[in-house]
Amino acid sequence: MLFRRDTWTEIFSSITKNKARTTITVIGVLWGIFIYITLSGAAKGLDNGFERQFKRVAMNSMFVWTQQTSVPYKGYKTGRSIQLKLKDISKLKQQVAEIQYIAPRNAKGVFGGESPIINRGLRHGNYNVYGDFPVVVKIATKDIYDGGRFINEADITESRKVCVIGERTQNELFLKKENPIGKFISIDKIFFQVVGVHKFQQGGGFEDDGDIYIPFTTFRKLYNAGDNVGWLAIAAYNNVDVMEVEKKVKNVLKEQHNIAPDDDRAIGSFNLGEIFNKVQGFSKGLTLLSMIVGIATILAGVIGIGNILLISVRERTKELGIRRALGATPGEVRGQIIIESVFLTLISGIFGIILGALVLAGVNEGTKDVTDFPYTNPTVPIPFILGALLIMIVMGTLIGLIPAQRAVSIKPIDALREE
Amino acid sequence: MIEIKNLHKSYKIGKNELHVLKGINFSVESGEMVAIMGSSGSGKSTLLNIIGMLDILDSGTYTLDGVPIVELNETKAAKYRNRFLGFIFQSFNLISYKTALENVALPLYYQKISRKERESKSMHYLEKVGLSNWAAHLPNELSGGQKQRVAIARALAAEPKVLLADEPTGALDSKTSYEVMQLLQQINDEGKTILVVTHEEDIAKMCKRIVNLKDGVIINDEKINQKRAIDYV
Repeated sequence: MLFRRDTWTEIFSSITKNKARTTITVIGVLWGIFIYITLSGAAKGLDNGFERQFKRVAMNSMFVWTQQTSVPYKGYKTGRSIQLKLKDISKLKQQVAEIQYIAPRNAKGVFGGESPIINRGLRHGNYNVYGDFPVVVKIATKDIYDGGRFINEADITESRKVCVIGERTQNELFLKKENPIGKFISIDKIFFQVVGVHKFQQGGGFEDDGDIYIPFTTFRKLYNAGDNVGWLAIAAYNNVDVMEVEKKVKNVLKEQHNIAPDDDRAIGSFNLGEIFNKVQGFSKGLTLLSMIVGIATILAGVIGIGNILLISVRERTKELGIRRALGATPGEVRGQIIIESVFLTLISGIFGIILGALVLAGVNEGTKDVTDFPYTNPTVPIPFILGALLIMIVMGTLIGLIPAQRAVSIKPIDALREE
Repeated sequence: MIEIKNLHKSYKIGKNELHVLKGINFSVESGEMVAIMGSSGSGKSTLLNIIGMLDILDSGTYTLDGVPIVELNETKAAKYRNRFLGFIFQSFNLISYKTALENVALPLYYQKISRKERESKSMHYLEKVGLSNWAAHLPNELSGGQKQRVAIARALAAEPKVLLADEPTGALDSKTSYEVMQLLQQINDEGKTILVVTHEEDIAKMCKRIVNLKDGVIINDEKINQKRAIDYV
């Protein structure tokens, strides 16, 4: 029955009989699937966006810094400032096996204090300066423009006066066509050779496109930092629980610095894994929500189709009576109405998917250059679409059963009597 | 062709039971043209509905062309109606959004006949009723007589064994009525068995036999000299 051309001619003639009503019915389901597609596409876009933002930084990384104690311990009173030292690094590596990379960092101009003045000829500006080890790029990726490099081990051991500058620094200190690599800039009146320019990536946090990186050892000499460390960037191995590692790291540091084990304020930390999990949970929730809303809207639309078919069956009582008097079996009548229902549902579904896809493509085009909003490549997975279509076929059939049953429950003789 | 024995039929109306047909014995030979007459409530339409398998008998037997009509469910009834019977109704019962040709083709559609064959067959019967020029018209573009002629063409299209006409002229003026009767007589002349339910004396006299029903029993059943409708047109 489903593959007879005549069946479709019959269905087509009956659904085109009342065009306005059919259109409105179709819009009901179309709207449902449209909402479903756009919402889940948007949720996926947001998900992709978050992923893109977090891609720059190792997901299982954390940052640890020190503050002031809040609990008296071993004769020390509260309010004591704690200073991280280089020797903490080896201790941590020794005692916390889960640490893959650890990078002590120093900075000038970030957490209080003036940014150093950077000069180049007549141009100058204030930029934050970081003292870093090469390993820091393992934790938070730094893209270096062609022809340049990041700080390497030799820079560290020889305390070389080399620096990696930011895009903005380059734009502000150098001429447009000038290649900054190999040129010199002065940081707090000391000349540094530029070895690379890093590409700025929005990744949250405090870093920006003007940042200058110099070797940790050079920084230490330049600012008399001694063994002091500003904060630690730590990446744990992929398969370990970062929260656990965070606790362990803090415990080791507490022991090192005579901090009370129950002092929660002395050491600050920021766990990216935790944040990432939260964000992921959020976008998962959003996906689920959009699915529920979408399916509920589809359901509402399909119920609308059922309703319209019920009315249409009521209007066609006499016609169906005639058909049955002329030899249409109840099965044929029922089948036709169910096919009508499924056909209407599917047609509107397909239009809804097309419309939704167009809107998503439009939004994608519109947000392509937006980097500060986490929204990338909004897509709806094919299984979702197939699932939606399957749901529509099933619901269309089920809802079609009601008017179909109604149509055959009226005896042809009663249907014929109806005027 | 039709063999009915001791047929009873009653309807429940609330708590009361209305005994409509009280033991009908009735048979029709092939090629007959029978008028079933009676006042309203006499059971003539019920009898026709049972013969037309639109209604189920309570007791008795009904044999159509040697086939006992028993254990009639809706699907079986639909198939029998389609193969054995052609219906002509008082109110024509054409499908309003289908053309004359499509209406005639409808019983053939349910016989699963191919589109091409359906169209040529339907066209043949439209020609037979003299409406081949109106094939593409919708029912509301046709006059009452034309509609009934389309309905007759539709009833003939499935090549049934018996034509059942329920007050075929009830909605027509007398001139058109006679035209329709002329057509039915012509079809009967070609050998088709026709049953006509009517309460009009002149229409009944255009058949070959009159069966009179009163209060659910046949009070009179006689063969008559058929009046030719052509004489009145």
